[in-house]
Amino acid sequence: MAIMNAITIFGLCAAALVGLGIFGLIVNPQPLRKILAINILGSGVFLMFGVIARRGAAAGLGGDPVPQAMVITGIVVAFSATALAVALLLRLVLVSGAATLEAEAEPSEKDGR
Amino acid sequence: MAAAETSSIAGLLLVSVLILPVVGILAQLALGGRFLNWICLAVFPASFGVSAATCAVVWSHGEPLIYIVGGWQPPLGIALRADGISAAMMLVTAIIICAVAIFARVEFTQPSGAPEARAPFVFWALILALWSALNALFLGCDLFNLYVALELLTFAAVPLVCLKGGEATVKAALRYLLFALLGSMLYLMGTALLYGAYGTLDITLLAQRVHPERVTWIAAALMTVGLLTKTALFPLHLWLPPAHAGAPAAGSAVLSALVVKGSFFLIVRLWFDAMPGLGHTAGPQLLASLGAAAILFGSVMALRQQRLKLLVAYSTVAQIGYLFLMFPLAMAAEQSWTSLAWTGGWLQLFSHAFAKAAMFLAAGLIADALGHDRINDLGGAGRLRPLTFCTFGLAGLSLIGVPPSGGFVAKWLLLSASVAEGQWIWAAVIVVGGLLAGGYIFKVLGRAFTAGSDAPVIVTPVSLSREVVAFSLAVGAVLLGFFPLEPAEILQIGRPEILGSTVP
Repeated sequence: MAIMNAITIFGLCAAALVGLGIFGLIVNPQPLRKILAINILGSGVFLMFGVIARRGAAAGLGGDPVPQAMVITGIVVAFSATALAVALLLRLVLVSGAATLEAEAEPSEKDGR
Repeated sequence: MAAAETSSIAGLLLVSVLILPVVGILAQLALGGRFLNWICLAVFPASFGVSAATCAVVWSHGEPLIYIVGGWQPPLGIALRADGISAAMMLVTAIIICAVAIFARVEFTQPSGAPEARAPFVFWALILALWSALNALFLGCDLFNLYVALELLTFAAVPLVCLKGGEATVKAALRYLLFALLGSMLYLMGTALLYGAYGTLDITLLAQRVHPERVTWIAAALMTVGLLTKTALFPLHLWLPPAHAGAPAAGSAVLSALVVKGSFFLIVRLWFDAMPGLGHTAGPQLLASLGAAAILFGSVMALRQQRLKLLVAYSTVAQIGYLFLMFPLAMAAEQSWTSLAWTGGWLQLFSHAFAKAAMFLAAGLIADALGHDRINDLGGAGRLRPLTFCTFGLAGLSLIGVPPSGGFVAKWLLLSASVAEGQWIWAAVIVVGGLLAGGYIFKVLGRAFTAGSDAPVIVTPVSLSREVVAFSLAVGAVLLGFFPLEPAEILQIGRPEILGSTVP
């Protein structure tokens, strides 16, 4: 019963993180915040893998090792994705002088000057 | 004995098709740019040979090649499986990547004597990584393994967009990456739910265990939306036009012809192989409605573009829509016509891959030759570069669906299936989409072959060999039109019984 409760709480936390992540990704206009939002979303998904590992625990084991192995791979992939996104953002700041994805109005004005 | 022999051949082919491109990248890193040309000269033909051999073996055996990695049986281990559709996809991928490589050879060559340039090094590494990732997508049997392949594909595709390094292309690349990451997170979430519910991610095992309940629908919805984001189906296409128009011509060709098809392939795997029960829901109709909206919206947007590369990119948005018409038609309850729609859908994918690669290469050649790609200023350019515009026209015929071309056969098969199954609405969309495609193709051709107020001048001469490569891809799209108008055998290999050869 106690374990059941812990699993439920972690599951709800995972859902909350996913929701926050998607909300942040859609609402925030700044690219860096979007990248952070995707990381929050990712944490939620990874936590969900943890919950599933715990729930699927076989006799004598603390958890099902397969989802845990997936989480490790997932974290590596998410890390590389973040690194790539930040590198692109840095390049964007270097080229344009501003970290924004708003495209249409500004560049033409800048080109004019 | 025979089985063991087959499995050793399977292992050799399936593993080397994944590893050879990666070996090329590692050799580049280890040996440096000086040997770049030699490495490419060795790796591209070798990978092409292995892909073609795999396709030939699958076709001649008439059954899927399966290799169990490390001898660990699923669900714990991972299997590689090449069935009919993956073999065909591997062959098409190999042909297009090699053609694009020949096209890009001059542009991305390491200058001899000069210090090593970075762009060639990055370009060839990305193309090889992309090839390996695509093959991993076609061969994967494990949903999590497929997630990793999907991410590899994204990480190879995104830098290809901003190879030129301008402000607009970096923005396009970043937007593409953000969309793609959201998509892969949604896909991963669905994977987690499926594992939690059924304890396996192997597609074959999953198909036996999965049953219609709430968690399956939620997982399927999450994974499908995630993959649609990467496939750029309307209304999730926002990232595609700037990204595909901003990349160098060779990059755009690969992105538009192959990369978006990678995630589409995974959607098909999911809906037809892993969860065949999805066919009884409203899902297929919903996907096809989005596809129909994509056809209409993408074509109208293409008509309104002023820049040639953007027009071609919006045409991709429209042509992707046709692929999704396959779902309600090939999953219909009444099965006499499903295999017709199945073949039509795949032919649409192959012919679009050839036509769009040719068209992007032609658009790149036009932009190179004239120094701009404004459609309004093309007046009379057709007389200066006849072969390039001929390429554009031939590829365009396939996109419109004029016989004889691959696009015609594909659209005809889809059209007949939708009429035979009584799903008239899709037939109407196919016809209207063809008319709109005719509009935007002839807008370009008409402009190019009528003399403008001031005649265009060739800014940079373009080598004939590059024109010939683009032209042969367009001819490939036309040759697909000589495909017999019936369900193709190779695409049925390894199909579950539902789609078996129930040809009337």
